[in-house]
Formats: sequence, C-alpha cells, structure tokens
Amino acid sequence: MTPFNRNFGQGRSREGITPDMNWRELTKAGNIYEPGNANTYETGDWRTIRPMWNEERCIHCLICWRYCPDASIFSTDGKFDGFDYKHCKGCGICANVCPTHAIDMISEDEIDEQKEARENEE
Amino acid sequence: MATLKELAQVNERFVGGHRLCAGCGHGISVRMVLNALDNDEHVVVGCATGCLEVASTIYPYTAWNCSFIHNAFENAGATISGVEAAYKSLKKQGKIKEDIKFVAFGGDGGTYDIGLQSLSGAMERGHNMVYVCLDNGAYMNTGIQRSSATPLGADTTTSPAGTVVPGKQQPRKDLAAVMAAHNIPYVAQTAISSWQDVHKKAKKAFEVDGPAFINILSPCPRGWRYNTPDIVELVKIAVETRFWPLFEVENGKWKLNKKPKKYVPIEEFLKPQGRFRHLFAPGNEHIIKRIQEEVDQRWLALLERCGEKPELPPR
Ligand SMILES: Cc1ncc(C[n+]2csc(CCOP(=O)(O)OP(=O)(O)O)c2C)c(N)n1
Ligand code: SF4
Ligand code: SF4
Ligand code: SF4
Ligand SMILES: [Mg+2]
Repeated sequence: MTPFNRNFGQGRSREGITPDMNWRELTKAGNIYEPGNANTYETGDWRTIRPMWNEERCIHCLICWRYCPDASIFSTDGKFDGFDYKHCKGCGICANVCPTHAIDMISEDEIDEQKEARENEE
Repeated sequence: MATLKELAQVNERFVGGHRLCAGCGHGISVRMVLNALDNDEHVVVGCATGCLEVASTIYPYTAWNCSFIHNAFENAGATISGVEAAYKSLKKQGKIKEDIKFVAFGGDGGTYDIGLQSLSGAMERGHNMVYVCLDNGAYMNTGIQRSSATPLGADTTTSPAGTVVPGKQQPRKDLAAVMAAHNIPYVAQTAISSWQDVHKKAKKAFEVDGPAFINILSPCPRGWRYNTPDIVELVKIAVETRFWPLFEVENGKWKLNKKPKKYVPIEEFLKPQGRFRHLFAPGNEHIIKRIQEEVDQRWLALLERCGEKPELPPR
C-alpha cells in the first residue's frame, strides 16, 4: 500500500501512515509534521459541475480566487492561472462572483459523455 | 489597502484538500483572515471543535499550512491563550527569537455557548491573541442544533418548525456587545460580502497589542438551505437588511462601518433560505414582524452606541 502521508515526526513510523497500521505505529499524540499535507488528498471527485474559464472575458481581477472556499484557483504574478481540479468541489461560487461571466459551470456528466463520444469516433 | 493581485501572492495558509462541504462559508472566512498576515509572519492556529476543525484535521492530514494545535469544543480560548503565555515566557528567556501571532477559530456553538467562559477568561487576562467566531447560527457539525446565535424563527433540529413551535423562539445573543464589555482593545463584526472589510479588520486584530475578537457571518449551505453559489449575495443582503451590521469597537469606541441607504425588509434575507421557509406560510406573519422589530431595535441601539443619530433608513 502506498503511504498517504510522509511524516517527519518522532512517532514510530517515519515512512508514512497507512490505514492498516495499529495505534503503536502512528505518530505520538496524532501529531502531523507536514503542514498543509491535506493538499495531497484529492477532493476533485466530489464535483458534479466543473468551472470552465473563458480567457477572452477574463480581466484578471481575482475575485474568483478571493471567494474560492477550497483555494482551488491558481494565480501567477497576480493573474488568474487556471483551476486546481484536484481539489475544486464544483460549488459554483467563482462563476457567480465573476464580474465578467468568464466562468461557466459545465456538468461533469456532459463532459464525460462528450469525451466518450469523441473516443468512439476515433 | 492591499490589492487582490498582491494578496494572491501571499502564502496560502489554509489549503485545498480539506473536507468542508462544497461552498462552505468557513473556507472563505478562514482564507480571508489568514491572508491578512504577510509571508514572513509566523502564526499558530487553534480551533474549537466544529465543522472547520473536524474537516481540516482528519488524521493524518492537515489543511493548515502553519502551526496548528488541536483542542476540545469548549476551550479554544484557553488553549491558545496558554500557548501564547508559554511563548511569552520562552521569548523572555531568549529561547524564541521570532514574533508569533496566535489565533483561535470557533463556531457559534463553540463561542457563544460552550466556549464562552474560556473565551471570556482569555480576553480578560489580556493575552495577545485573536479570536475569530465563524457564526453560521447553529451547531452544524452535529446536525444543525440551535445555538444562542440561531436567529429567531429558524428551523433547526432542536427548534423544529412544525405545528407546535414555529422554529427558534428566542432572538440571538449579542456576542459582539458581550465581548466589547470586556474592554479589550479590538472587537469587530464583519462579513465576507466585503473582502476589504474582512481584510482590514483581520489586519487590525493581528496588529493590536492584546486580545482582539472578530465575529464573521459564515453561511452554511446545508443548515441554511440556500442555493450554494449565491453565498456572497446572501451575505450582502444580510448586511443591507441590517440583520448583520458591520462595525468595530476600538479601545471602547464604537464605529459603524456601513450604513445601508435604503430600508431593505428582512424578508429579503429570509426568503432565499429553507430554514425560514415555514415563516411564509399563512398564520406565521407575526413571527416575521417580530424578527423585523428585533432587527430595527438592535440597529437603533447600535447607532446610539456609535454616536450616530438613531434613525432607520427611509422606507
Ligand atoms: C464537550 C463536547 N460536546 C459536544 C461535542 C460534539 N460536537 C462537536 S462539533 C459540535 C457542534 C459545533 O457547532 P459550532 O461550534 O456552531 O460549529 P459549526 O460546526 O457550526 O461550524 C458538537 C456539538 C463535542 N465535540 N464536545
Ligand atoms: S473573477 Fe472572472 S474576470 Fe476575475 S479573475 Fe476570475 S475569471 Fe477572471
Ligand atoms: S467551483 Fe467552487 S471550489 Fe471550484 S474553483 Fe470555483 S469556487 Fe473553487
Ligand atoms: S455542514 Fe455547513 S458548516 Fe459544516 S462543512 Fe458543511 S456547509 Fe460547512
Ligand atoms: Mg455553527
């Protein structure tokens, strides 16, 4: 099983925590030694609708970035730089707050169907 | 005032991968508050048990990209003040060189109710810490039980709207006033509809020497039953209907931060939310009337505290 947490702590396990470990092998007091490691856990598959960016309409105001509850909007040098689909839960807030309607919410089912249709064509 | 372009380049201290529901207000509130700290500032966070704490620290993961201390439901104020006291001592002994900020986040259940005594003690002792209450008006994490922050008339699992009771029968506790009565350097009430307001207040709270308290309206799409993407509009309406006024109390001086120009009736805030749906059934008009009276009366009292003319906006 691949460990899902690298762990630099004083607990018995230095390699990582796996679900099959017993309590003696876990870190002391349940400490976690890697800040922000929840980022290695993906919540993107919670999504039923997906935000899609329309570059021509975007004015890079970053209001969407400000209001994302899941820190799932990337920015580089103060400009919009894509969605983090590994974590985005598809809440739809970014699309609603965008002043230029540069974000559309598309059904994941539709995206899957279109992808399938394309694959069948090929 | 920093721009979003600048703020987006600050380290993200609350990262994706947490397990809050899609669209939960807590994620937005916490990101805004911690974003007020610069990259080179150290911060220690503590949380009262509640959705935020449960969803952000599922072992062996943490969504906190900074130091975090776990504690129970009722003692976030005590825990963070204890850590701050230890830090002060170590600093005096020269064992710590850096400046460190301390902040506790608690839900309304963990703050207005069960954690009130530990919070009160921490504020009274004058610790250099910030306490942020994320008010979603019920004990959401355990299935939407009423708290002393639940609005009058709201349907919760322990104030169920039915033939016997029409939702919660008591109005909300005025926690900001209770905190202001501790005569601490900084108390503020804010809402995410204005990120600038949250940012400014969080920055002030971190900067003052001594305890600071911030109350944030932090909607819960599950418990409030509104259309999840509409969160910012809904919070804006909460401010415009004067249900959630924006104000601050600096060294005992009350100041109103936003004065709605129009009289927006409370129905505008109630209507989009499933927890108030029953109030629009025939026979329940008197409850809406009571909610409106409560809002108006509190608004007038607030204006008076702020040294403004106590009058309602024109209808
Ligand atoms: C002493 C104690 N009693 C009860 C609980 C169960 N419990 C955990 S979270 C919670 C509700 C939290 O409500 P609130 O503080 O409003 O935060 P929210 O989840 O709404 O953000 C309760 C009752 C507990 N953890 N400890
Ligand atoms: S809110 Fe809209 S316009 Fe602004 S950065 Fe995001 S996508 Fe671009
Ligand atoms: S849909 Fe929600 S979670 Fe996804 S990027 Fe937009 S605001 Fe963030
Ligand atoms: S139940 Fe409400 S407060 Fe809790 S995580 Fe879900 S939306 Fe947030
Ligand atoms: Mg709550």
